[in-house]
Amino acid sequence: MIRAAALLLALAVPATAQEAVATYGTGPTALMFRSTTDIAVLGPTIQAFTEANPDITVTYEQWGSNALYKLTLDGCQTGDNPADAVLSSGVHQMVELVNIACARPYRSSLTETLSSERIWRNELWGITREPAVMLYNTDLVPPEEVPRTRFQLLDLMRQQNPRYQNRIATYDIEASGLGYLLAFSDSIEASTFGGLLEGFSRTDAIATCCSAEIIKGVAEGRYLLAYNVLGSYVSTQTNDKIGVILPEDYTLFLSRAFMIPKNAPNPIAASRLLDFLLSDAGKAQLFMSGLEWQRDEDESGLPASSERSIRLEPMLLVARDQQRRSLFITQWRLTFGAPRFLTP
Amino acid sequence: MARATRSLTSRVVVGVLSLLLVGGVIVAIASFAYGQQAAKQAYDRLLLGAASDIAESITILNGTPMADLPVSAFQLLAQAPDDRIGYAVRGPDEQLLTGHAAVTSAPEPQRRPSNQPVFFDATLQNEAARFVTITRIFAEREFSGTVSVTVGQTMLARNAMALGLTRDALIASILAGLALMVLAIVVIRNAMAPLDRIASELLDRDPYDLTPMDNNVPAEAAVMVDAMNRFMRRLDRQIGSMRNLISDTAHQLRTPVAAIRTQAELASEETVPEAQRLMVGRLARRSRSLGELLDQMLSRALVIHRTDSAPRRPIDLRDVALEVVEARDHELLSPGAEVELVIGPDPIFVMADEISLTEAAKNMFNNALRHGTPPVRIGVSRTGTRASLWVQDAGPGPTPEVLSRMGQRFERNAASKGQSAGLGLSIVRAVAEAFEGDLTMTPTDDGFRVSLTLTAHEVPE
Repeated sequence: MIRAAALLLALAVPATAQEAVATYGTGPTALMFRSTTDIAVLGPTIQAFTEANPDITVTYEQWGSNALYKLTLDGCQTGDNPADAVLSSGVHQMVELVNIACARPYRSSLTETLSSERIWRNELWGITREPAVMLYNTDLVPPEEVPRTRFQLLDLMRQQNPRYQNRIATYDIEASGLGYLLAFSDSIEASTFGGLLEGFSRTDAIATCCSAEIIKGVAEGRYLLAYNVLGSYVSTQTNDKIGVILPEDYTLFLSRAFMIPKNAPNPIAASRLLDFLLSDAGKAQLFMSGLEWQRDEDESGLPASSERSIRLEPMLLVARDQQRRSLFITQWRLTFGAPRFLTP
Repeated sequence: MARATRSLTSRVVVGVLSLLLVGGVIVAIASFAYGQQAAKQAYDRLLLGAASDIAESITILNGTPMADLPVSAFQLLAQAPDDRIGYAVRGPDEQLLTGHAAVTSAPEPQRRPSNQPVFFDATLQNEAARFVTITRIFAEREFSGTVSVTVGQTMLARNAMALGLTRDALIASILAGLALMVLAIVVIRNAMAPLDRIASELLDRDPYDLTPMDNNVPAEAAVMVDAMNRFMRRLDRQIGSMRNLISDTAHQLRTPVAAIRTQAELASEETVPEAQRLMVGRLARRSRSLGELLDQMLSRALVIHRTDSAPRRPIDLRDVALEVVEARDHELLSPGAEVELVIGPDPIFVMADEISLTEAAKNMFNNALRHGTPPVRIGVSRTGTRASLWVQDAGPGPTPEVLSRMGQRFERNAASKGQSAGLGLSIVRAVAEAFEGDLTMTPTDDGFRVSLTLTAHEVPE
């Protein structure tokens, strides 16, 4: 049995609290924008938006995905404290919100250009494209042991190599909405998920809450390998000790979901933000922030057929089902043990 | 030119179009109903499939039914990609096990009898939606009771499918309608072509050309063409008889009128009163004869005209004979001559024109009085289907030489005798021909008989 490490200060913060806030622009029109994305990552894009639309002032609140879901649901049901625009990596939560009619439809020539996996009902739009990757410490993992696929990772974990004992990290799926979504998608995508859980158990892998913590751990050598980390977080933190692997059997791609709540005070400004994010200028900004992954044949050996987008579709409601979720978490807990610390 | 009423073509076209229109409306209604029905069935099956998948996934875990919600159920529902989904798994007493609290299962009474799937309409967040509830019964050691699975979906895809099916059916039927319309126009033009041909033939025709038209046309048009041809034949005949009348008149009148003029001139120059009185007497006789000639010619023209134009009616031949006798012309023509009327008690009917018949009978009678030997008898008789009106005198009849020429228009030069023209029998012959009868002259034991024989007609009611 492995212990679940949850050591960040952030874990102690109540789930309803926002993590950070920033304001962009000075225009008379107020736009309340809530996102799970770090302000440091998405801030420049919002800055560019207010520069292109000087009449708008954006208040950017950064939230955890579970907290953001609860806040948006409350806003939908009671009308209290609604946002104008919500952008979340917990896309299953966003699908749930759209499914219970908490969103407002919008349609423009730019939303029409989205592929079907990145739009649902004209109420939910996939803005970014970020791969879920494996990380490794380039100093501590010998090149011949670097896993290119999940099968290689499985083999690695089965070898009972003491070097990896207690040194593999992944998200705690109860603590992180994103971690749950990625694990759930894995369980649907392929039968390797059961083997992975078994491998994590064998190597006393560590489940922790946050991307930043995992990446830092890999960089510092505390973890040799990390599984299912959003690649976008890595590229923004320059560290030459971290190697990034897009698993070649399949790589999940996440599109953060943008929604305009149905009782948004200023839906027009929100739709302008949406159009900006989908425009070429917005895409360029997102690309620079590492949020819009683009194929590069030379760099990544990832075959196109291995790309698996997490589609914005009602199938994600399965991930939100209470019983299914509890069964899934029970299974997961059997591997990682009960959380040792309070999780958000 | 006469103002034409609506053309046949436009009548037929309007008829066909309204037929197509009514058909189109019926097809539209039918295809809409069909589309609705088809979409309903198709998406109801998806709902049922999803609900069954979910029900299958329920297991009893520690005394609680647990649904390991299958992805396949939602992949089925994703066939309607833009529709919102509501589902609920409820245990006994409708207690929610998992799913959306807002989704309620079908009313208990509906599910009770057979635990069959129950489809029902309700709303999902105030949007019309379709639901199905299926029931699964557990009888386990840890748990016994029913678990209901309710799955619902909004109706965007259903409505889109219904509209799509309707639209496709309508497009197909519009195309079919257009094809039918083109066909109809071709057929109508084809059918109307003989009429156009007749019209152009008539237009191209010389106004004096009264020959029959080509009647190699469809049966419907043939009726018209035949009628027209009959009309033209009658016109032709009447123009012909008019021409004959004029030429006869000219021919027959020229000589007597010239003779009368000569005698009148002679008489006016005669100085001896006795001789002048004789000449005036001759002049008077000539004039009377001319008058009779004129009478006969006019009556012949009348007969010929009437036989073509007057409608035929049932005529009792006895009435004709009686009228001839009662006219008492014989008292003028040959005073004192004995006349006998031979008729029976039964009427003898023929289909003919009474005036023509009377004229013919008068001529036969007067001929007998004038040229025959009294007593003269006039009578009617019937033999089988033939009815005869006959006149008989006691004489031997005309010489065979005269007989052979009789009934011709000019069987003798009337003017040469200065007396009544030989038109009498030609009138009778014309009448006989007009009514499909015969004129026969037969010597009998006690004289000479002239008979006009026609087809007998049954006594009219």
